Amino acid sequence: MMSAEPTTASSGAKTSNANVPPRFAAENVVPLRTRLGLWPARLLGEELIRRAQSALPTHLFGVDVRPGPKPIVSRELPPLNFEGEAMRWGLVTNKTGNAHLEVELCREPCNEIGTTALSELELLATLIRRGAGGARAMIFYSSVERGFCAGADLRELHAGLVEKATETGGLRGKVETAVEVRGFIDRIHAVFDTFDTAPITTISAVHGFVFGGGFELALTSDVIIADKSARFAFPELRLGIVPGFGGIPRLKRDLGNALVRDLLLTGRSMRASRAHEVGLVSQLVARGRALDAARSVAEQASRFDPETTARAKAFTKPLPVEELAREKDLFVSMLGSPTVQRALEKFVNDESVRPYLP
Amino acid sequence: MNRQQLISKLIELATKRFGEKAQGLESSDDFFDRLGIDSMQAMELMTDLEDELEVEIPDYELQGVTTFDQLAEVIEVRL
Repeated sequence: MMSAEPTTASSGAKTSNANVPPRFAAENVVPLRTRLGLWPARLLGEELIRRAQSALPTHLFGVDVRPGPKPIVSRELPPLNFEGEAMRWGLVTNKTGNAHLEVELCREPCNEIGTTALSELELLATLIRRGAGGARAMIFYSSVERGFCAGADLRELHAGLVEKATETGGLRGKVETAVEVRGFIDRIHAVFDTFDTAPITTISAVHGFVFGGGFELALTSDVIIADKSARFAFPELRLGIVPGFGGIPRLKRDLGNALVRDLLLTGRSMRASRAHEVGLVSQLVARGRALDAARSVAEQASRFDPETTARAKAFTKPLPVEELAREKDLFVSMLGSPTVQRALEKFVNDESVRPYLP
Repeated sequence: MNRQQLISKLIELATKRFGEKAQGLESSDDFFDRLGIDSMQAMELMTDLEDELEVEIPDYELQGVTTFDQLAEVIEVRL
């Protein structure tokens, strides 16, 4: 493992702040509250929701998810080597003598993203905002056999929605649920935006299921390397919702809208070789070899001047800020509907052998 | 490739992936029951078929498909 390089880390942090929209920058989380009167209406609305959330007893999916998460406002440098419930990460010194960060998703059955994973991802995002310990690249991969990530934790989501409806009921229950969902979505967008705009080369090494939120996580990376077992899908419409973690704006950034609509509106899955043909996957490798190829990319990226990499990335990969904001609004407006609750109910009670397939 | 050749090819690919479990498969067998496969294995078989036959098989056309006869009918349209 490599120790942090203060100069590089400092430089990385500055570059990160230059690329991240101001509303997501860590240092703005607290000051925003003191400049309420200067805000545009939409941001003011978000701040009011944020304040409302802090006043409510909020338990999304059974866990406190009030925004203003501690990891984001913390001034502590998160650990460079971490072992959590949903993931592990560490700095790896490669042949160039520089380091890259490897993030292993390791939660059975298939790295579903719920509150535990989100909390750990927030810690990782904080590390990245603080310069990633001098790492010049980052790799996401999964050690779970089934795949990279099957998406949001729908069982947790279902439990949260049903429990809230039962606990509170009526209009108050609906409002509380909407506020909690909004808080969760704001948090995950902040994290994914950080990964997306990190001033280092980011790589997702994927296999098996790359569905829903897992697909959305992979789409934050600069380079997607897939082994031949990988399949990509947005099955959200079968639940009565749209992808809510920024997937559609990011997919539209990379692919033609015709294919984006096909994947979104049919929920069908696309195999790795096809994803390679259409330009979603940049490198297609043999089964079980995606991480090897990703390490090779990380090593190559580590040879380059970090500032040049950061500027090249910012030039080629702008964050679709407006569309991401609209997607959040759309997702939250859909989630409370009876259609969604019925679809979630069906999913959690589905004992068929193909619960992941749309 | 006619229907019978296609079915033979599908069984051959299933045998290649699932080995002994797939020995003696018939075109009318329910492959979920016979092979005892889970969602991931079903997805892997689907990827094998798409790669080998150079087709795209939309998942939604496989709803309710459980035999090689039915599978061949879906794939035939896209060959």
